[in-house]
Amino acid sequence: MSNAPVDKGRRRFLTVATGVVGGAGAAFTAVPFIASWNPSAKAKNAGAPVEVNIAKAEPGQMIRVKWRGKPVWVVRRTPEMLDGLGKIEDNLRDPNSEEPQQPPYAANKYRSIKEEFFVAVGICTHLGCSPTYLPSGMGEHVEGVESGFFCPCHGSKFDIAGRVFQSVPAPLNLVVPPHYYVDDNTILVGEEKGQA
Amino acid sequence: MANKFVQWMDERIPMTKTWNIHLAQYPAPKNFNMWYIFGVLAMLVLVNQILTGIWLTMNYVPSAEGAFASVEYIMRDVEYGWLLRYMHSTGASAFFVVVYLHMFRGMMYGSYQKPRELLWLFGMFIFLVLMAEAFMGYLLPWGQMSYWGAQVIISLFGAIPVIGDDLTLWIRGDYVISGATLNRFFALHVIALPLVLVILVFLHIIALHEVGSNNPDGVAIKKPKGSVPDEEKPKFKFHERFTKKYDIVDAIPFYPYYIVKDLIGIGIFLFFFCYVIFFNPEMGGFFLEPPNFEPANPLKTPEHIAPVWYFTPFYAILRAVPDKLLGVILMFAAIVLLALLPWIDRGKVRSVRYRSVLHKLNLVNFVISFVVLGYLGTQPATPVATLFAQIFTFLYFAFFVFLFFYSRREKTKPVPERVTS
Amino acid sequence: MKKLLIALITLIPSLAFAAGPTVPLDEAKVDLHDKASLQRGAQLYMNYCLGCHSLEYARYNRMFNDLEIPEELGQKHLQFTGNKAGDLITINMSPDAAGNWFGNPPPDLTNVARVRGEDWIYTYLRSFYKDDSRPFGVNNTVFPNVGMPHVLEELQGLPEKTYEERRIDGEMKEVYVGIKTDGSGRLTESEYDQAMLDLTAFLVYMGEPMLLEQRRTGWFVFGFLLVFTILAWLLKKEFWRDLK
Repeated sequence: MSNAPVDKGRRRFLTVATGVVGGAGAAFTAVPFIASWNPSAKAKNAGAPVEVNIAKAEPGQMIRVKWRGKPVWVVRRTPEMLDGLGKIEDNLRDPNSEEPQQPPYAANKYRSIKEEFFVAVGICTHLGCSPTYLPSGMGEHVEGVESGFFCPCHGSKFDIAGRVFQSVPAPLNLVVPPHYYVDDNTILVGEEKGQA
Repeated sequence: MANKFVQWMDERIPMTKTWNIHLAQYPAPKNFNMWYIFGVLAMLVLVNQILTGIWLTMNYVPSAEGAFASVEYIMRDVEYGWLLRYMHSTGASAFFVVVYLHMFRGMMYGSYQKPRELLWLFGMFIFLVLMAEAFMGYLLPWGQMSYWGAQVIISLFGAIPVIGDDLTLWIRGDYVISGATLNRFFALHVIALPLVLVILVFLHIIALHEVGSNNPDGVAIKKPKGSVPDEEKPKFKFHERFTKKYDIVDAIPFYPYYIVKDLIGIGIFLFFFCYVIFFNPEMGGFFLEPPNFEPANPLKTPEHIAPVWYFTPFYAILRAVPDKLLGVILMFAAIVLLALLPWIDRGKVRSVRYRSVLHKLNLVNFVISFVVLGYLGTQPATPVATLFAQIFTFLYFAFFVFLFFYSRREKTKPVPERVTS
Repeated sequence: MKKLLIALITLIPSLAFAAGPTVPLDEAKVDLHDKASLQRGAQLYMNYCLGCHSLEYARYNRMFNDLEIPEELGQKHLQFTGNKAGDLITINMSPDAAGNWFGNPPPDLTNVARVRGEDWIYTYLRSFYKDDSRPFGVNNTVFPNVGMPHVLEELQGLPEKTYEERRIDGEMKEVYVGIKTDGSGRLTESEYDQAMLDLTAFLVYMGEPMLLEQRRTGWFVFGFLLVFTILAWLLKKEFWRDLK
């Protein structure tokens, strides 16, 4: 046992270097464990974009499809419904769709690409119930409003563009999913135009 | 800040004390050689098995209908699922590689001798539980080898007189291996046996640190209190638990010296481990057997059933005996005799370095028999192969019988007072 | 002891032979980087094999992606079952009906390359021969009495076991010289061999679709371990200087 002087700098450097490289190794090892929690190929394919045929939708009718396990609504709105949209804006939390609850191409008065067709995820922004579509009879819940969506769970109310009314539990407008028109009769829900 | 935290903890739980007793002030003989890496590696593989195992259960489906497809789902659809699965399947074989070498180290240096008998017994229980764990785990992919391998092994219990048939029925929970068998094996494989394994490993280490580590010279590093002059004592501080009753010589603290040394061993081991995972996960059919990529089919036996390599030495002994019951008895005896080594070996000298030529030859005989039996167990039972299996079965058992007789009055070399080098 | 050793050494090859196949297999030189070969193999598989043999653990779009086939093109020319590109490659035949027709239901082939090995597949596909005693009129030297028709006959033609008269030790004897096609197929012999190599390569890919990624990751891990081990070695040397 000699008492050769310890080169403290070298020792510290090597300790830190080994620690850093070992830590990086632990991080690399964690990658497969963390990545395996991402949706699998099966889940991704099950959540693939859904085509909706709107050729046969009557004015006022709602088509329900499932996308990523959630209900997606496609409502063909009547001219009366569309006319009603401008009249109630004082009553709404976010009448101009400023919150990012929709893709930019639906951040307009109608919250849709084409005025007539409203596409939304049918999940209440409060606690995840699915609201009821009221093509008429919404007046029961909001005076002077003919049509909209009413959530039976906690009484949240949305107009026919999915905009939330004031003084209800839901904080935000209904979500408009990414979608585009493949042709005049077909909407693809779950994908933006030009993305594949 | 850090100091305050440590103090706060130490007032409530023996944190620093545990660290000191088991690592920073644990006296480890200074002459460990490379054979002493396998204990640490076994711990590393255990952690690997537990982590990857937990992650595999997240996607595995334990049912006869879903098991095989769910493994393929992990291999193909789950991100990095193939890596988790190969880490687990390679880890199973790696576990036995390091455990066999770890056990052989103990045999070479007499690490089972007094006062380490209990330590050795805990180790043997770990080995037994590990075999059960591996056997049950092998059923889970529900491939052809899973199914027929389990069929053959469970049938072994049918050799037990009177209760044999009822016992096999009870183990399977059905008239053949079925979903019922798969489900109970799954429960044991992922919960019960790992729990037992972890407890046994804990006891193994507690027992080791109570009596202290052996070393390649087999010479005690604990000397009677007061017998060692101060200038010969190591310059390190060891915990008073060790120094109260003894004078410790030729020892260094486990931390940092053996920790940094083990890092090299871990790095080298991981080279081999990762070679298998990334370049040869089937390892020529030894780690993953080709018929196991076919789903279990109760109506069609594969042409040649062989257990996975780590069972083959014992399997060869089983097949070498023409009588079913006797074969099963001998197979279990092969393991029991290993567990009884502390009492079979009546020698007073531990390390092979100072033992007789006879003992060295006998140890070589043991290794050769074990390896040859392992090889024969992978091969079809032709008449020639069976004859050889019988010869080497005899030699395997002869190791223990010889040892028992010559060890009592063995001509050994003089043992040094202190460890060498 | 010496005799025992000699006996042991002579035993090893005989044991190995006992487990080996009875027909020598031709080596399949599969190159998974050759996407064109894999694409041709996929085309052959979808046209000739998928009628009976599913690849039910694999998905169409993963295959298109890995084989560098544009999804639209793949769906149009290679996908005959399922609707969506993300579907598993299943077949429409029910296993029970198939069992009645062929004796056993035709096995799924997703993992066949891992079960049998690439050489076996390559040789098997080129080892059908005319045998009127069999229900489908053909037999196979690698898989005797196989319950499968020679679906590739339109490519290979009708192969027959061929014998030649040869003089051996001064006597004329019939010698088996291999399987020769009658030439009625669309492909020449070497074209057929190449096609079967493509098909084999496709099945090797199917067995381990992650193989190329696995190898790449492996080299990266090796590089990392090298750095780590060298550092650990330096660190150990540094600390152990205390003990000298």
